Amino acid sequence: MRQSQDPVAAVKNLTKRFGEVCAVESISFTVAKGSTTALLGGNGAGKTTTLSMLLGLLLPTSGSVTVFGEDMVRHRHRVLPRMNFSSPYVDVPRRLTVLENLTVYGHLYGLDGVAARVRAIARDLEMEPLLRRTTGNLSSGQKTRVMLAKALLNEPDLLLLDEPTASLDPDTADWMRSYLEIYRARTGATIVLASHNMAEVERLCDAVVMLREGRIVDRGAPADLVARYGRRTLEEVFLDIARRRGAGQPGDSGDSGESGDSADPVGR
Amino acid sequence: MARLGMHAPAAMFSWRRVGAMILRHLYVLRGSWPRLLELMYWPLVQLFLWGFITLFFRQHSSWVAEAAGVLISAVLLWDVLFRSNLGISLSFLEEMWSRNLGQIFVSPLRPYELVAALAVMSLIRTLISVGPAALLALPLFDVWVFSLGPSLLAFFANLLVMGWSVGLVASALVLRFGMGAESLAWLGIFLLAPLSGIYYPIAILPGWLQPVSWALPSAHVFEGMRAVLFDGVLRIDLLAAAVALNALYLALAGGFFLYMFHVARQRGLLLQQGE
Repeated sequence: MRQSQDPVAAVKNLTKRFGEVCAVESISFTVAKGSTTALLGGNGAGKTTTLSMLLGLLLPTSGSVTVFGEDMVRHRHRVLPRMNFSSPYVDVPRRLTVLENLTVYGHLYGLDGVAARVRAIARDLEMEPLLRRTTGNLSSGQKTRVMLAKALLNEPDLLLLDEPTASLDPDTADWMRSYLEIYRARTGATIVLASHNMAEVERLCDAVVMLREGRIVDRGAPADLVARYGRRTLEEVFLDIARRRGAGQPGDSGDSGESGDSADPVGR
Repeated sequence: MARLGMHAPAAMFSWRRVGAMILRHLYVLRGSWPRLLELMYWPLVQLFLWGFITLFFRQHSSWVAEAAGVLISAVLLWDVLFRSNLGISLSFLEEMWSRNLGQIFVSPLRPYELVAALAVMSLIRTLISVGPAALLALPLFDVWVFSLGPSLLAFFANLLVMGWSVGLVASALVLRFGMGAESLAWLGIFLLAPLSGIYYPIAILPGWLQPVSWALPSAHVFEGMRAVLFDGVLRIDLLAAAVALNALYLALAGGFFLYMFHVARQRGLLLQQGE
């Protein structure tokens, strides 16, 4: 995917404290248009907190988040129609049928021809037989399709996904990754995802922001990170960073995360 | 698939988004006949209970005999207030129970559009609840509450709006403190019942409590109802006081809800809610 130099999202000195706990501490990065960027880190690294601030659902303690040039604290409604989100931490009403849920969200996003759009996305995601079923009665794989359908209903220019394949069987997870690749190729959309799944990140992402305890500990293209750490896989890099192994390695470079990669879609 | 058109910035207020949230709750009602029955159940039980009490008091109380519909009208109007409150808070709780808050607030929906949708749902739920009981009062107990005339509409509207204020405060507290505050949505309104003078004049209350009572729009409504039923007079002073108090409380409750929404954004509560 060809990437533009214009950043879709810019995070600058972003900090979020919950009382004594600092969930995110002075992180800065940009997301290039058309890229797929992963926020990678263990539990409590600050991935979901960062995604929430990118969506404007959570207010930063300090720093700024701009998406499509708009401040997400004050003007998020100017750009929310261009964004969408999916996460295992949120749901859609379980008592409604899939068709009803997608219809409601179609209207919330102000789509023209909601019924036709819902049918089209259902056909695209091979979930037409699910439309009349109650959402609460679906399997987790089926529900994932529904949540993806909701997230793609407005064909977002910026799609944020929190652990998109968590709790999915390998077949469904692979289908989901394939669909995201197709979607990005077709629309040129930008994707930001938070994940624990290294294989997924290596497959989907142009750029990785490594988080640990709310700080950026490294960043770069997956292949570059693997090469710089002298590892075979991103998972090994992740373990290096998570376990703070290899003092003096690039993973210890702190927030600057210098990689010398001028084509890095995650701007500094 | 062809790409969708350009995404326009979200308008400051959109009836379509309000309509989407109303549709969401109508789908829930449509898909569950037990819920519809449940809405009508309690007002009907109340009607029977107070209908029989009325029959008894007609023979033993000159006060009730003078205006036979006073108790049934009171209980139905009280139910307007109760149902209006529940119409707001239960619809809001539906979003919490289904962990849907995070989803709807990453859409272009604005918090005050949600409030507008909740208010419309409150009206619909109240009509479904109280309507059948009000109609059945005539054949069952020979009480036609619509004989209150245009004043009934004024009483209804005031109690509806007061229910919105109470429901918004309860919803705001649930948003801030989570499902632990859920019982407030159900029980908070009952705190106001003894002070509202539903079945008795405010003058019965101890002197120190009467100013508190008069600070409630409901006290003015129920006094006004008795004025119509006993004296055949629509007390504009009482109605005006109820309207003024409701305007004040609705503004405060709306502001409180929006403030708690801001607090929820500060504390990261919008993604954490649910059962």
